[in-house]
This record gives sequence, C-alpha cells and structure tokens, in this order.
Amino acid sequence: MTDHLLSLMTFFPLVGMLIVLFLPREADRLIKTVTLVVTIIVFLISLPLAFDDVFATSSAMQYTEFAHWISIGQYFQMNYNVGIDGISLWLVMLTTFIMPIAILSTWHAIDKNTKGFMALALLLETGMLGAFIALDLFLFYVFWELMLVPMYFMIGIWGGKNRIYAAIKFFLFTAVGSLLMLVAILYVYYYSIQAGVPFDNGFSVAHFAQLDIPAHLQTWLFAAFAFSFAIKVPMFPFHTWLPDAHTEAPTAGSVILAAILLKMGTYGYVRFAIPLFPEATQQFIPFLSFLAVVGIIYGALVAMMQDDVKKLVAYSSVSHLGFVMLGIFALNLQGLSGGMLQMINHGISTGALFLIVGFLYERRHTRLIAEFGGLSKVMPVFATIFLIVTFSSIGLPGTNGFVGEFLILVGAFESSLRVFAVVATTGVILAAVYMLWMFQRVMMGKITNPKNEKLKDLSAREVVIMLPLLLFIFWIGFYPNTFLEKMNPSLENLIQQVKSKQQISMMIDHVEPSTIRVAVND
Amino acid sequence: MENLVQIAMQNVNFAAIMPSLIVTCFGMGLLLINVFLPRGTTRPAVWISLIGLVVAGISVVSGWGNPQYGFNDAVAMDNYAAFFCMIFLIAAGLTILMSDDYLTREGYPVSEYYPLILFATAGAMWMASGTDMMTIFLGLEVMSISLYVLAGFFRGQVRSNEAGLKYFLLGAFSTGFLLYGMALIYGVSGSTKLAEIGIYLNAHASLLSNPMTLAGLVLLSIGFLFKIAAAPFHMWTPDVYEGAPTPITAFMSAGPKAAAFAAFLRIMEYCFFSLKPEWTMMLWVLAVATMIIGNVIAISQTNLKRMLAYSSIAHAGYAMVGMVAANEIGYSGILFYMLAYTFMNVGAFAVLVLAGKKGEDNLTLEGFSGFGFKRPFLGVAMTIFLFSLMGLPPTAGFAGKFYIFAGAVKAGYIWLAVIGVLNSAVSLYYYLRVMVYMYFREPNEDFAWVAMPATVVLSIVIAILGVFYLGIIPGEVMEFAKQAIF
Repeated sequence: MTDHLLSLMTFFPLVGMLIVLFLPREADRLIKTVTLVVTIIVFLISLPLAFDDVFATSSAMQYTEFAHWISIGQYFQMNYNVGIDGISLWLVMLTTFIMPIAILSTWHAIDKNTKGFMALALLLETGMLGAFIALDLFLFYVFWELMLVPMYFMIGIWGGKNRIYAAIKFFLFTAVGSLLMLVAILYVYYYSIQAGVPFDNGFSVAHFAQLDIPAHLQTWLFAAFAFSFAIKVPMFPFHTWLPDAHTEAPTAGSVILAAILLKMGTYGYVRFAIPLFPEATQQFIPFLSFLAVVGIIYGALVAMMQDDVKKLVAYSSVSHLGFVMLGIFALNLQGLSGGMLQMINHGISTGALFLIVGFLYERRHTRLIAEFGGLSKVMPVFATIFLIVTFSSIGLPGTNGFVGEFLILVGAFESSLRVFAVVATTGVILAAVYMLWMFQRVMMGKITNPKNEKLKDLSAREVVIMLPLLLFIFWIGFYPNTFLEKMNPSLENLIQQVKSKQQISMMIDHVEPSTIRVAVND
Repeated sequence: MENLVQIAMQNVNFAAIMPSLIVTCFGMGLLLINVFLPRGTTRPAVWISLIGLVVAGISVVSGWGNPQYGFNDAVAMDNYAAFFCMIFLIAAGLTILMSDDYLTREGYPVSEYYPLILFATAGAMWMASGTDMMTIFLGLEVMSISLYVLAGFFRGQVRSNEAGLKYFLLGAFSTGFLLYGMALIYGVSGSTKLAEIGIYLNAHASLLSNPMTLAGLVLLSIGFLFKIAAAPFHMWTPDVYEGAPTPITAFMSAGPKAAAFAAFLRIMEYCFFSLKPEWTMMLWVLAVATMIIGNVIAISQTNLKRMLAYSSIAHAGYAMVGMVAANEIGYSGILFYMLAYTFMNVGAFAVLVLAGKKGEDNLTLEGFSGFGFKRPFLGVAMTIFLFSLMGLPPTAGFAGKFYIFAGAVKAGYIWLAVIGVLNSAVSLYYYLRVMVYMYFREPNEDFAWVAMPATVVLSIVIAILGVFYLGIIPGEVMEFAKQAIF
C-alpha cells in the first residue's frame, strides 16, 4: 500500500474521470457527487503523508517509486521516477485539499456540460499531482503539459465574456515557455550522458544536479528553465496572461489556478532551476529579485485601481508571488521556508478570496465594486469570513500571511537582497491599502444599491467550503511549526548543496573550461 | 537487349518485391472484377482492397529482419523499406475505410478509385525499396500518376479538376528536375545504382566539387522537395489539398509524403554521404523556411482543409530537421514521425470527412461552431488529433517531435531545435483556434449532417489508438525504427 501510495494518489483521479465519463450526461447532481467523492478519497489517500514524521528528520526522497517506462536501445531511457520530500509535501497536500473545495464550489455555479467540467477537473488533478512528485524531468514535462489542456477548456468553455481570448493567451504563454524548457532538458540530458551519468538513470533530476555544468552553459540552460517558470508564476513582465485567465475562468477554475497552478512555477525554481544550475542562479539572483520586487509593487498598485473584485484579487496574486520569489532567491533557510510557506498561504487565502468573489457573483451576477456596499448588514456571516480572509491576505499577525511574509522579509534582509527587502516591505503596506479599501467599499457603509437589500447570507454548503480554509489560516498563523519542521530538512539540504557548488566554482575562479559541445557523431 | 534481360533474370528474387507485388495483383484483379459489378456497387472493392493491404502487411511483417535484395540490386526489401511500407499500408487502409460513404455522398460511387489507391501504394513501396535511380523513378511515376487521377477524381467539380490539373502540371515539371538530376549524376558516376554512385563519388574526391555533381544533387533534391512540399516548392499543396477529395488529401499528406522522404533520405545517405556537410547546410535553411512558411500562413486560413495543408508543410519541415541532424536518432525520428503523422493527420481528415456536407462548403472554421457539443465523439477525436499535431504529451506527435529535436540537439544544432519548438508554439495558435470554434462558440446553424458510417468510425478509432499507443509507449515502435535505419 505505502509502496505505491503516490501512484495511487496521482492516478486515482484518472480512474474517477473514466467513471464520470460513463455516467449519463443529464445526471448533473450524480456527476458532481461522484467527482466530490473521488477528490475526497484522493485527499484521504494523501493524508498519511502529512502525518509522516520522517519528513521532519530526513531530507531524502520518501515513498519513491521507480520503473522503466520508455526504453529505446541506447537512445533514451525514460523512467517513471516519483517521490516526495519536504519541498513537495505541502504542495501535494494543498492540491488534494483544495480540489474537493473547488468541486464543492461548483454545485450551483456550473450547470452546463457538468460532465465535461468534472472530467477535466479530475484530469487536471492527476496532472498537478504528477508534476509535484515527478523526479524525472521527462516525466515532469509530460505532467506539466498535461495540466494545460484541462485548464484551457475550463476557461474557454465555462468562462466569462472574454473567455476565448483569455484561454488562448493562457495556453500560448505557458506553452511557449515550456517548449524552450524542453530543448534545455534535452541539452542537459545529452550533457549528462556525455559526463558519464549511467544511461539507466534517464532524466533523473537528482543525477542532473550532481553534474558540473560549465558556467556559460548554465546561464543559457537556467534562462530557458527560468523563463518557463517565470511565465507560470507569473513574474513581472510575463504576468499579463494571469489577470485575463483569472477573471474569465469560472470560480473553481480560478481557485485551482491561483491555489495550485501558479505554485508550479515557484516550485519549478526550487526543485529544478536552482539545484540544477546553482552558479547561474547566483548570476541571475539580482535580476530576478529585481523583477520580483517590481512585481510586488506593480501588482499592488494595479490591484488598487481595479473596479472589478476578481481582477483585484488576480493582481494581488502577482504581488504575493513576488514575495514568494523574493524569499526563494534569498537562498537562506528563513527566506526559502518563508517562500514555501507563503506558497501554501497564498493557495489558501487567495483560493478563499476567489471563492468569496464567486459567492458574490452567484448572488448578483456582477463583480464590480461599485455595485456593492454595506453588505455586512445583510450578510453578517459572510462579512466575518471575508474579513478574516482579508486579514490573512494582508498578512495580519495571527494569520498565515504574516508568518510567511515575515520569514521572507527576514530572509531577504539577511541575505544580499537587503535593499530589495526594504522596498518589498512597502508591498505589505500597499496590500493593506488595496484589500481594506476594497473591503470597505464592498462590505461597509450603508446599502446604496437596492438590489443588495435582499441578499441571502451564506448557505450551509458555502460555510462548509470556507471552514477548512479558515482553520488553516489560523493554524499556520499561530503554529506554523507543524508545517515548517517538515520542510526544513529538505530545504537545508538544498541550500547546502547549492552553496557548496557555488563555493567550488568561486574557488576555481572561473578557469574557463574548454568549450564543451555535445558530440556531433553518435 | 538480351544481355540486359539476362542480367535482370539472374537476380530474380520475388521476396524483394513481394508486398508491392501483392498490392499490384490485388489492384489489377480488382480492375477486372469491377467490370462485372453493377455500376455504383463499390462495397466489394473496399473489402477486396483491404484484404490486399492486410495480406501485403503480413508479408512485410514476416520479412522483418530478413532483408531481401533482387533484380540486380535494383530493389532492396530491407527493414528501412519494410518500415515505410507499413506506413503506406496503414495510410492506404485508413483512407479506404473512410472513402466509401464519402464517394457515395459526393455522387461518385466509382470503384476504380480503389485500384488507383492500391497502385499509388505500390508505387510508394518501390520508392522506399528502390536502390537504383530507375526503380525510384518508376515508383515515383506510378505513385504520382495514380494521384493525379485521384486528385481530380470528382470530374464534375471545378475545384477537384483544378487540383488534378495543377498537381499534374507542377508534378510533371518537378519530375523533369528530378530526372535531369539523375541524368547528371549518372553522367558523373556512370551508374544508376545508389550504392555504386556513393562509392564512386567517395573515391574520386575531385568530383565532389564538380559543378555537374552539385547541379545533379540540387536538381535531385528539388524533385523530392517538391513531393514533400518543402518551401519554396510548396505552392501546389494548399490548392491540391483543398480541391482533392478529402480521403485523397489524407492519403497524399501521409503516404506519398513518407515515400518521398524514404527515397530522398536513402539517396542522400547512399549516394551523397561524402557531401553531407553541404546538403545538411542546404536542408537546414530549407527546414527553417518550410517550418516558418507553413506555420505562419496556416494562421490566416479559414478553411480547415487548407489549414491542414499548410500545417502539413510545416510538419515536413519538422521531419527535415531530422535529416539535418543526420544521426541515428534524427533518422529513426523521421521514420517514427512519419508513422505518427499518418495516424494523426489521416485521423483529422477522417473527422473532416464526416463533418462535411455535400460539396464540402462547410469545412470552414465558422462551420465548425459548436461542433464539439453537437457531435461529441467527433469533437473529442478531432481534439486528440489536434493536440497530437501540436505535439503535446502524451500523444504520438509529441513523441515524434521529441525524437527529432533530440536528434538535432545531439548533433549540436541547438538553434535549429529552438527554431523548431518556437514554430511549434506558433502552430499552437491555429490548432487551438479550431477547438475554440468547436467548443467555445455556440452553434450557429442546425446540424443536419450525414450519419456516422461504421467504416469511417473504425478508421477514426484506429487512428486514436495509434496516436495514444505511439504517445504513451513509443518504445517498441521506436526500437523498430532504430533497426530500420541504415
């Protein structure tokens, strides 16, 4: 059972998808229930991972599985090589945790072609989980691309007015980046073969990380990986697909996109780009940190000026992920663990915000801030929940956002990025401005629009959706150690590995190695 | 004359031409049988030709790993030829499956159609197995002449006539180039046998820079580049593909294109290995031009057949990348890619066959609005084929592109691989747009389309299975492709 826990977890949604595909098209409620049950089962399958104490002591990959997948003579060896460590643990848990919530949020929101939507959602879950556990770059690439297709259709079929534009933009942006990454993956592969990595290891990340790739090659390869991940994060200036995709996607799509898909980019840096190319990372840190800080400030300023709640939340994501990137590039334990924790936080609080926007939209069929006002009078429960989530998004002490942002800023301040940390701090203030201002205009004051007078407060289902998210907002806010202690060994190991490689390369003092080319002849 | 006959008869080895012999015999037998069938009865011809293809397939498979040479080394049924023969047989089989109801719908239930496909297939087989300029030329002509007729098969339709005539005129012209090239090479080397030419050129280094050799190489290449629709010799493709009957378009984009690649690659490897740096440089430029022209022009197309025509130009460009790489992975990548392309492209055309109304005026993007919801099976099938054409995992198209670009990276052509993947990115746009119309738009008219005949559905299902088989577990076929190259 535990031998194949990860595979079971990853491919169970696929089984669920097949079941859904064979259900009758009209059985709307049945399809939703089956999908919900499947996602809950996946969550239960993954639950033992969260309670496994091995992550608190060991930085090694756990629950690993290995099988040869595609073997072609002496050409290629692709392996099914999966495993989980402290870096991917909480992201996997976040995925399995968010999915049932996202499905539950569609109960009334999705009414046309339910079958298609649920099948795609389950396919998406397989793609996301697979990408988080893949330890073989080829396998990772397959899952990475697999995620694109369902999200493309989710936005395109069930999205808002401008959905076609948003869907195509989302697909093209992500695909362009990943195609360049594919060339880089191939190059690293041939480099590793030439460097004597056993053929049988295939595209194994762990083995690639041990290569000593010359600095000038690292620059190019890192650029290809970083470009692909930067689009996905998204970092300024590659973020333009995000507001469109977020705004047009249906609520469940936005939640999944914000909570999990964006984390693929940041995860990609931590898992692949940084350990594979440590020296290039060193070169790129000032540049990428600069972009991260620009993203923080720019995202916050643009969010402030939005008149659509959903767009505001979308731009706030740009700002928040800027923090995550800054923490990662601090490359010390505080920064990295803050970055990792902030990924989870962002998943929870922004996921919750999109759900809240969805509740509003279902009631009024508009998301314009000007249409609302004084809602706290008629919807007290909703107002309370909204306020807590708002605080979490701002990063008020006692909520999860505070812990993450604090660690990131401390980490950045202690590293070479001190100036960036100072500038980034204003982002926290700006976050308070745009979130509170929005909250004030939507919830406080007198009800000016008569249409808002008879709005119903949250239903039991809606409260049930929000409660688990609130639980984790406070859990992480008050006792983050539950999460930090299980990611720290892996992160420490990563930092040590990267630092030692960087030091070696500095000691060699750039004796330019003779240009190493991949052989022309077989 | 007697002397020639003696030389040829010494080396009679029917095993070397068995598959094409079978296909030809079935074709000729079918012509005779057709005489006795009442007009408009085409069903028997479908089954007889399918049986012929299956029998030929069995002979190909049973001959794997046991190369046969014959007719004074004019023909070689080696693994390379066998792999390509399999591609032709699959392409022909899928085409025949989707043709019958289509011909009836369009008002041309004529059973001569099937022998012509068989003859074209036989011609393609000779091109793939020919080791003598003459055999290759003979195969090319047999294949092309059958295709000229097939392209113009709907004799009452202006578009089909245009396709036939255009293909014939330009094809004849390009054949002239090819023949001229062959003549020059013969003049230089004194032989028409590929292997002998190669050895002769290699032994006489001074000949390599001789204008006559280079002119011969260029003219030969032009002849083949025309057939594979590489830029700048692609101009005929959109018009011919759009005008020809849809199943024939599917066949042309898969079988004959693969045949041209087979002969082109064999000639380049056998005859001109001494000039490899020169012709890889030439193909580098042409591959880039072909990919860019095909992809960029495809963006502005609104007719699906025309769009797929331009996309097929682009796909020829990807395959040429494998030739530029000129290493094992690149070459076996081409073989794999041709097979993958056969499944995905013929599958896509099979969906078009069912989507079209009589006269096929509705094969525009606009005509596909809401298609995915009205015809769920066809919509999903088309989506799978389009994702495969894009090159997304886990489909055949991804595996194919992966090997070809891997070959390029391994050979050190990083920039070519980068240009190639960027071109893939461009192609995403026009493939995605088809899905936009199929799924993201409301249907704007009532769909009163033809029923779904079992044979066409069968061809679509086979194509889907092929796409996923080659995409998820490509190892086995890639292993065959590896054994197939020289």
